[in-house]
Order: sequence, then C-alpha cells, then structure tokens
Amino acid sequence: MMNMDVSAIFQIAGIGIVIAMIHSVLKQMGKEDMAHWVTVIGFVVVLFMVVRLLNELFQEIKTIFLFQ
Amino acid sequence: MEMIQIVGLGLMATVLILVIREQKPMFAFLLAAFTGLFIFLYLIGKIGIVITVLEDLANRSGIPSIYLKTVLKIIGIAYIAEFGAQIVRDAGQESIASKIEFAGKIFILVMAVPIISVIVETVIGLLPDGS
Repeated sequence: MMNMDVSAIFQIAGIGIVIAMIHSVLKQMGKEDMAHWVTVIGFVVVLFMVVRLLNELFQEIKTIFLFQ
Repeated sequence: MEMIQIVGLGLMATVLILVIREQKPMFAFLLAAFTGLFIFLYLIGKIGIVITVLEDLANRSGIPSIYLKTVLKIIGIAYIAEFGAQIVRDAGQESIASKIEFAGKIFILVMAVPIISVIVETVIGLLPDGS
C-alpha cells in the first residue's frame, strides 16, 4: 500500500531486541558501562529514524493545510 | 484493501511493542510513536485529496479564500495537537498531553478571531437602527 517501508517498523523492533540481548550479554561479562553505551547508541539510531519520519509528516501537513 | 492493511500493521506493531516492552520500554515507546507516524503519514495523503476537492468547490462558489484557509489551518492544528498529545499520553505524561491540547485550543481560538469578528459585525449590521 505504502510508498514508505513497513519494514522500518521491523527494523526498529529488531534493533530493540538485539540491543537488549547485547545489553544482557555485556552485563553478564561485567561491563556495565559498555552495556549502557550500547543502549544509548541504539536509542539514538532509532530516535533518528523516528525524527526523520516526524519531519516528513510535518512538511506534508504544512503543504496540505496551507501553512506558509 | 487498504483498511485491512492498516489494521494488520497496527496488530503487528502492537505485538512487537509487547515483546520489546519487557526488555526496553524506551524502544517500545519509540516503536509506538513510529507506527503512529506511519499511519498518520499514510492518511494525510488521503486527506489531501479531500481538501483539494473542498478548495475546488470553494473557488467555484466564490467564497473568499481567506475563510477556507482559516478553516484548513484550524483542522491542521487540531490534527497536530491531537497527534502530539496522544504520543505524549502514551509515554504516561498526562499533564503535558493536556497542556498540548490546551495550546491547540488556544491557537484555534486565535485563528478563529477574525471570522468571529466578521460574524459579529454582520449581526450588528442586521439589527435595525435606532434601537
């Protein structure tokens, strides 16, 4: 249906699960601070995806609802 | 059929969110926001078609375009405010969500002030003189 990818949703979910796995593995190895950094980086990557889509949506709204 | 696709997307995203929420609630929130954005971005194209028709009708019937522009802006503000408030409410910040809705109402009121003043002037013009 959509010209955008639905797969981005799977990507985000996959990133979340993989990050959670890496986090728990690093925690088991006793590298707490490393685990936290991994979480933060994964979070930033996903945040970028969300913000890009948000920007797209706002541009679309601006053009359709005649905001100049 | 597009409706089935939307519902399927929503169900799939809900299951994924439920899976991730146990591990990382933050990712679950972002995933919910992303899904909402996705559906909204899809619908905005449909809304655009309807609005084009409305504009065409208004042009043909000779309504001053400033009125239609104001109404469209009000609808846009309502959609944005509702969307933002719902995302914030999903994250559990009820008070910020209600402030966003309040800001939306205020902006809509500000947009509507010129139309309201036109209505009041029209009504005053209709009243008989010497009252």
